[in-house]
Amino acid sequence: MTAENIVNRETDVLVIGAGGAGMSAALAASQAGSRVIMTDRSLVGRGGATIMAQMTVAVALGEQTPDDWRNHYADTLKAGRGLCSEPLARLLCESGIDAIRLMDSWGTGWARSDGHLTQVQAPGHDRPRCVYVDYLNTGPAVAKTLRTQVAHDDNIERYGDLLVLELLVEQGRACGAVALNLTTGHPVIIRAGAVIVATGGLTRLYRRNSASLNMGGDGYALALRAGARLIDMEFVQFFPIGHLAPRLVGFDPIMWDPFRYKLGGRLLNGLGEEFVEKYGHSNEGYTITRDAATYAILKEVEAGRGSPAGGAYLSFQHVPEETLRKAFGPIIDKLAANGIDLTKSPIEVAPIAHYHMGGIRVEVDMSTDVPGLYAAGEAVGGANGANRLSGNAITEAVSFGLQAGRSASAHAADAKAVEARRALELAGPTLARLEPAPQDGESPNVAALIARLQALMQDYVGPFRNEEGVQHALGELQVLKAELGEVLPGDGGPQDPVRLDALDLHNMLLVAEAVTRSALARRESRGAHQRDDFPGMDDAWTLNQTLALDKGQWRLDTEPVRRLETPVEIPAAGGTEYEGQA
Amino acid sequence: MNTQKNDRTIVLEVQRGVGRGPSRVQEYELPETAAASLLDGLRWVREHLDDTLAVRYSCINANACKECMMILDGKVVYACVARMQPGARHQVAPLPNKARVRDLISEIAPVKERFDQEENADD
Repeated sequence: MTAENIVNRETDVLVIGAGGAGMSAALAASQAGSRVIMTDRSLVGRGGATIMAQMTVAVALGEQTPDDWRNHYADTLKAGRGLCSEPLARLLCESGIDAIRLMDSWGTGWARSDGHLTQVQAPGHDRPRCVYVDYLNTGPAVAKTLRTQVAHDDNIERYGDLLVLELLVEQGRACGAVALNLTTGHPVIIRAGAVIVATGGLTRLYRRNSASLNMGGDGYALALRAGARLIDMEFVQFFPIGHLAPRLVGFDPIMWDPFRYKLGGRLLNGLGEEFVEKYGHSNEGYTITRDAATYAILKEVEAGRGSPAGGAYLSFQHVPEETLRKAFGPIIDKLAANGIDLTKSPIEVAPIAHYHMGGIRVEVDMSTDVPGLYAAGEAVGGANGANRLSGNAITEAVSFGLQAGRSASAHAADAKAVEARRALELAGPTLARLEPAPQDGESPNVAALIARLQALMQDYVGPFRNEEGVQHALGELQVLKAELGEVLPGDGGPQDPVRLDALDLHNMLLVAEAVTRSALARRESRGAHQRDDFPGMDDAWTLNQTLALDKGQWRLDTEPVRRLETPVEIPAAGGTEYEGQA
Repeated sequence: MNTQKNDRTIVLEVQRGVGRGPSRVQEYELPETAAASLLDGLRWVREHLDDTLAVRYSCINANACKECMMILDGKVVYACVARMQPGARHQVAPLPNKARVRDLISEIAPVKERFDQEENADD
């Protein structure tokens, strides 16, 4: 196809990613009067992390018990180990209330009892604060609700199977994107007054992960190459009790968490002993935060006290069968189909890459360093510091999405769209890359290269890190880059999986390097970043690290944690107090 | 990777092709440990035998995204929950009532969510 035939569209706001954050952003931008094009590399509202969320959306509604957003904020900061951006954490906790009420008015179906929304207590919270949709249906219900709203909005065009390859930047300003239409294999140009990156996190970089295929961190790569800084990239959250064994078909591996705290599932080592309290969490029980539980499980495995498959046991054997059946509902039969009888034997669990605290550095209006470029949801870094409080992800997705949509709409109203011909010029290098090119020799199996990257990150830049391992990872990333090569493999036709894997791996390698370089530089242990060679938190490191790409060179900096000008006064806690990280 | 064929080997006969072009069946042999589910098996094939095999999926294992619909032994299944039998020979094909894009990937997005409707020049 010639350049003149390339579809070249124009809109006010381009939203990249159609999960919870992207759909919320599209709705808010439309509400503010913008024409919106929303794209997703998967199908609209089906990929990403939102649909995988099984329960707990944290928000201080005060339905179950009196609550105040400031208490939620205090818990968020505490979980973040001193590194949360206070303005972003405040936005999450405060505007999250309206966001979740809005979702309720759209019929999400939050669980109710006794005439009010049911709120349960999740780890790290001082009181019952988390709404949910039964059974394990929170994410699908949230996604469906937003999909329905988007579908009824005439200002929003939405397209799946459209992979954004590069952002277009004219004189330092984001003005659109060049994408690949996966159905045809043809490139597409979309010009826009403002662009929102809502592509989610990077859990696909790890061998054991709990998210969708499309969470390879491509939004971080897009933002980096467009000139925006990333922040807190070293903080990858591992979910402590991801399912490990026996093989379980048709379930999200993070499914056990709600049952663990609802029913008091016991976490046991390979010898059948409770062990979490040995790591300084004697009074916390099920409320232990994710970073601390991950640490305890992996230390037991390291000491040779792991379960047979290399994790810990999670046992419900002490719970009466009737209680189990009531709590698990229809799920108990699906477990039986997998050969699992919780009354007879424990299952095995182990930490699994779950969420990325880091991401694109934004101001409280979701603007990035690049004028016209915004970010929303998990793609944003900073709100959750060194460790995300459970239940904050959906709240963040919707509240930050709504904010990004409003801000981008306001920006687009004053922005002059780039001309079609100019956009084509800007897209030139990306388009040239897609042209058929001579392949020198046999191209490697890219799917296998991706698996190697995942193993590398899991083993050396996972929950535990040290200088030697991280340096090894940096070296291996260069090896993988060389093996992948610059020339794109594949025939470039419709849904060419080889080409798609190669495009993904280029981005994954860039983002993996961002994580690895940040992990190398932070010489302390804090939250999700645990260094064997630098145990314990170091006050001198109460700083955020930022990363930029400057003419192809990495620029790693530190900056003070962003504080509110007027500190939030925290009302006296109504629930139990918990210890922070040991 | 060479797999030692034995009576537990799983054989997948996968119908392949691009768009309205010709179809062919390609056979893949998998060790039984490679595939609890059909999706496990197809991912194993891509990683170890043939990365040109096109498969649509998103959530990998959770049966949440509903993207991995295909035909297994004549029945519509979600590949992520369809179980494989050691020693069995399975026929795998794209959905018959949807346009094939490539191999096991069908056009399943609602019409309004397809960008290619804009590209009238190519049809």
